[in-house]
This record gives sequence, C-alpha cells and structure tokens, in this order.
Amino acid sequence: MTLEIVLFIVFASICAVSAVLMITRPNPVISALFLVLNFCSLAGLYLILNAQFIAVAQVIVYAGAIMVFFLFVIMLLNPETEKRFFEQKAKLRIFIIAIVSLILVQIVYMIFISNPSEVITKEVARSVETGTVENIGREMFTNYVLPFEAAGYLLLAATIGALVLAKKKFE
Amino acid sequence: MQIPIEYYLVLSAFMFTVGIVGVLTRRNAIVVFMCIELMLNSANLTLITYSSYLGDVAGQLFVFFVMSVAAAEAAVGLAIIIAIYRNKLTVNIDEINILKW
Repeated sequence: MTLEIVLFIVFASICAVSAVLMITRPNPVISALFLVLNFCSLAGLYLILNAQFIAVAQVIVYAGAIMVFFLFVIMLLNPETEKRFFEQKAKLRIFIIAIVSLILVQIVYMIFISNPSEVITKEVARSVETGTVENIGREMFTNYVLPFEAAGYLLLAATIGALVLAKKKFE
Repeated sequence: MQIPIEYYLVLSAFMFTVGIVGVLTRRNAIVVFMCIELMLNSANLTLITYSSYLGDVAGQLFVFFVMSVAAAEAAVGLAIIIAIYRNKLTVNIDEINILKW
C-alpha cells in the first residue's frame, strides 16, 4: 500500500460518509457543516489528482465563501428543524432511495463493464504538469479568455440580481 | 501501483446519487440547495479525474467555470429564498406552492 492509496481511502471515506450524514441530519446548520467537511475532503482528493490550483480554489471558494453564505442565510432565516429522516413520509422516502440506488447500481455496472482503466493510464509527469497554476493560467488567458470574461459578467449580473431580489420593496 | 480510475468514478456516482436523494426527500429549501451543490461537486470530481488521467487541462478549466456559475447560482437562489421567506414566513417547499395551478 503506497501513501497515495492510503490517502485516497481516507479522503474518499470522509467524503462519502459526510455526504450521507449531510442529507440525513434534521438541523440545517449541521448539514451545512458536514457539507464543508465534504468539500474539504474533496480538495484533498484533488490534491491526490495533482490539481493543486483547483484544490486551493475549492477550499477558498466553496468551503470558504459559498458555505459561509449558506450559513449566513440559515442563521438569518432561522428555519424550523425538520423531523428525523424516516419519521415523516417513510414509505415515500424508502421508495425514492430504492429507485435511486437502482440507478447507482446501473451507473457502477456501466463503469466497470466499460473498463476505462485499460485504455486510460495515468502518466504522472504529464499529470503534474497539467495541474500547475502556470499551465492553467496560460490556458485561461489565451484559449479560454472569452469564457473567462463571460464568467465575470455572469458574476456581476448575479450580484445585481441578488441585491434586487433581496431588497425590501420593489420601487 | 496507481489508483484505478474506476474508484474515482464510483465515488463520484455515489455522491451524485446521495445528492439526488437529498433533493427528493428534504423539505427545507436551503438544504435542497446544498444538495444541488453536492451534485455539482460530484460532477467536478469526474472532470478533474479525467483531466488528471488524460493530462488535459480543459477539464480543470471547466471546473473553474462551474465554480463561478455555482457561486452566482447560490447568490441568486438564496436571494430568492430570502424574498420567499419574507412573504410566506417559511422555507418548507411543501408550503411554497404559488406556482402550482
């Protein structure tokens, strides 16, 4: 067992367990904190995959900015705690879980039957080269400069839209 | 020995289905929103996995743009939730049925 595999098992299990805990906790604040844990372990997985820039952006943007925003709104609205996961509409929930786990089994079956690891093998040197900030920045400001500008306009529009929607009155 | 690509894909599929279950079963609009973020992140994990295994930078750039779109979506969505809460004093999506005919 190399260190890479040990780290993958640790981060992947944290990721899976925190996702399940997030959707089963009745209190939304605890759900949000489990989602932060999930995002942080995903950043660890990105580091194993040699995507340094995206790992840092994941922690700063997702676990930092977006989740703080969610927590602010939860504290602001103070929504009532839901009942425990299986107490209300238990039959419907079990039905939903059965259908969705059937879909999961299908996806996993398709992944293993197509056997991608036979055709795709990781070249470590090239993979490390790909994820550096230098490489991503060069691509972003040459080939992908138009989507980059569009993302800037999208964020501006979203800021103005959020201000207008959350204002007290439309006047 | 390196990690087979299937492990990452299965983890991503699992996270996506957990997100679907959350969207379909939870009744709190904010938690439904967080489940959508979870599904976006599972798709990001797949993109990063292929980008790393194929040595192609396009996947990581795509994840960057998905992140910016997710931030914009979270801002607008939470503003809508605040506006609804101001009118109806609830965020339970069973009681928010003004679009239902």
